[in-house]
Amino acid sequence: MTATATLRTTTPRRARSVRARREARAGYAFLSPWLLGFVALTAGPMIASLYLSFTNYNLFAAPKFTGLDNYVRLFSDPNFLQAVKVTGLYVLVGTPLKLIAALAVAMLLNQPRRGQGFYRSAFYLPSLIGGSVSIAIVWKAMFIDKGIVAQIGSFFGGPPAGEGGWVGDPGRTLPMLILLTVWQFGAPMVIFLAGLKQVPAELYEAASVDGAGAVRRFFSVTLPMLSPVLFFNLLLETIHAFQIFNSAYIISNGSGGPAGSTLFYTLYLYLRGFRDFQMGYASAMAWVLVIVVGIVTVMLFRTSRAWVHYAGDER
Amino acid sequence: MSATQTQTRSVPTTAGEDRQTTPLLPPRTRRRRWGWKSVVFHVFALAVLVVILYPAVWMLMSSFKPGNEIIGSVDLIPRNGGFQNYVTALKGIGGISFWTFVANSLILAVASVVGVVLSCSVTAYAFARISFPGRRLFFACMIATMLLPFHVVIIPQYIVFNQLGLINTYWPLLLGKFLAADAFFVFLMIQFMRGLPRELDEAARIDGAGHVRTFVSVILPLMKPALVTSSIFAFIWSWNDFFGPLLYLKDPGTYTMPLALRLYVDQTSTSDYGAQMAMAILALLPVVVFFMAFQRYLVAGVATQGLKG
Repeated sequence: MTATATLRTTTPRRARSVRARREARAGYAFLSPWLLGFVALTAGPMIASLYLSFTNYNLFAAPKFTGLDNYVRLFSDPNFLQAVKVTGLYVLVGTPLKLIAALAVAMLLNQPRRGQGFYRSAFYLPSLIGGSVSIAIVWKAMFIDKGIVAQIGSFFGGPPAGEGGWVGDPGRTLPMLILLTVWQFGAPMVIFLAGLKQVPAELYEAASVDGAGAVRRFFSVTLPMLSPVLFFNLLLETIHAFQIFNSAYIISNGSGGPAGSTLFYTLYLYLRGFRDFQMGYASAMAWVLVIVVGIVTVMLFRTSRAWVHYAGDER
Repeated sequence: MSATQTQTRSVPTTAGEDRQTTPLLPPRTRRRRWGWKSVVFHVFALAVLVVILYPAVWMLMSSFKPGNEIIGSVDLIPRNGGFQNYVTALKGIGGISFWTFVANSLILAVASVVGVVLSCSVTAYAFARISFPGRRLFFACMIATMLLPFHVVIIPQYIVFNQLGLINTYWPLLLGKFLAADAFFVFLMIQFMRGLPRELDEAARIDGAGHVRTFVSVILPLMKPALVTSSIFAFIWSWNDFFGPLLYLKDPGTYTMPLALRLYVDQTSTSDYGAQMAMAILALLPVVVFFMAFQRYLVAGVATQGLKG
């Protein structure tokens, strides 16, 4: 009796373990390209750059260990501080403006009207091309010298731009680049639209019955129901904004000028690493960026508990 | 679970219902949709659209203008228009044919698409359909790479590729594509696979198919929309990529379109904005063509990204 009982339980268990082992083998086989890439192109290089950040390395002589020297030097390097300032301003101003534009247009398009698909695609287009060198060149041509932006500005009585137009004015290059990122609001807009489609219509009806106006409905229904999507967009766009490079490189001709006003973090990192070949210093910069982005991410996740609302979510 | 999910997807949602039933409504009610509210909507949406697309249209029209007519001109219609700028741009740069740059970009973009489709679909299958120890941990790692600033890996990568003598080749730019390093695509495909009914896998298993067979003959054919979306994005991103080629391609003969464009802007005198605009348009042309042809896939791809994440 007991013998058969144990037999009965062990055979399926053994079969299950055999199958589990086979599953595991298949899993790792399918995962192997990614796993190889993860080790060789991400995890390995991360460890290597962490090590390099404690050394002096110019690509030609062997790395010389210098301890925390690179990190200490960073914080007394005026260019580094400038890069932090410019990038910080860009992230803090550009990202919210971009998301507000995205949400506003998404709200506008989220109506059962004809041509909605057309508008959605057309507004999405700048997101697709905005990061390209072509658009950076166009942006420069629009803002340079007495370009069209300067003309439109003076038409509305704005103060005249100095030599070189907005491109040559250290006070205006940042607004110019922020405009370029806001222009690319299409991708978060599409995500907002998808989120808006999932808000149950009953909620709006119930709110209307209770006498809520459009503004009240927005703040009490739309925004809470949209908060997971808002959080997603905020996280991705913030991280993205930290890494602005192409437009700054093209518009300043790789210099970060005028007067360091377009010396964004990644541009300075590039110049230090790949123009001056200070690989150790650039690695330290990269790690500071990772830590800052990591802290921002964790902070966003922490605060999200207070304002992101997962309605009846089983996941 | 997954079966009900796909079912609900085909059932019109409350937001779309309204639109989908319109053709069935009698003409009168249909005409009433063009009331003043609709007019206000379209006028407003079009006005915003004009402002948003103005830079793109200005760029296109400028490419037909002579150089001295571009800067400072708000006008869209060229006064002395023509294709002269394109003739100039197509001459190439410093003895290198324009078509060399196109061919370089094309080779890179097509190879990227192949790499992404192969490696990311296989990886996504592992995450979505096979249970193995460490899956959750690896999944978290995969998602984390999406948030990681890639600058932290480029320096060691550059050092290694440099020592292997791979500067001025496309290997540094392509290796990651064949090793599923673009987590965005893996994630997109996982999301899509999760929507496919598991009963299909089970039916295949009962018929004696292993994972390879199930993946190749059941899942892969059903994944076509996700593969198309990924391919288009992979193509466009590779075509537009500037940073990677800037790092690894030093010989102008290997330049891609964005690099050639920058070189062109560097070399031409600032007064020749016309040819720069023409070159910029030519560099964007494939992207815009892809957009026109596949906009639905692109928009759907972006939309799924934010949901259920």
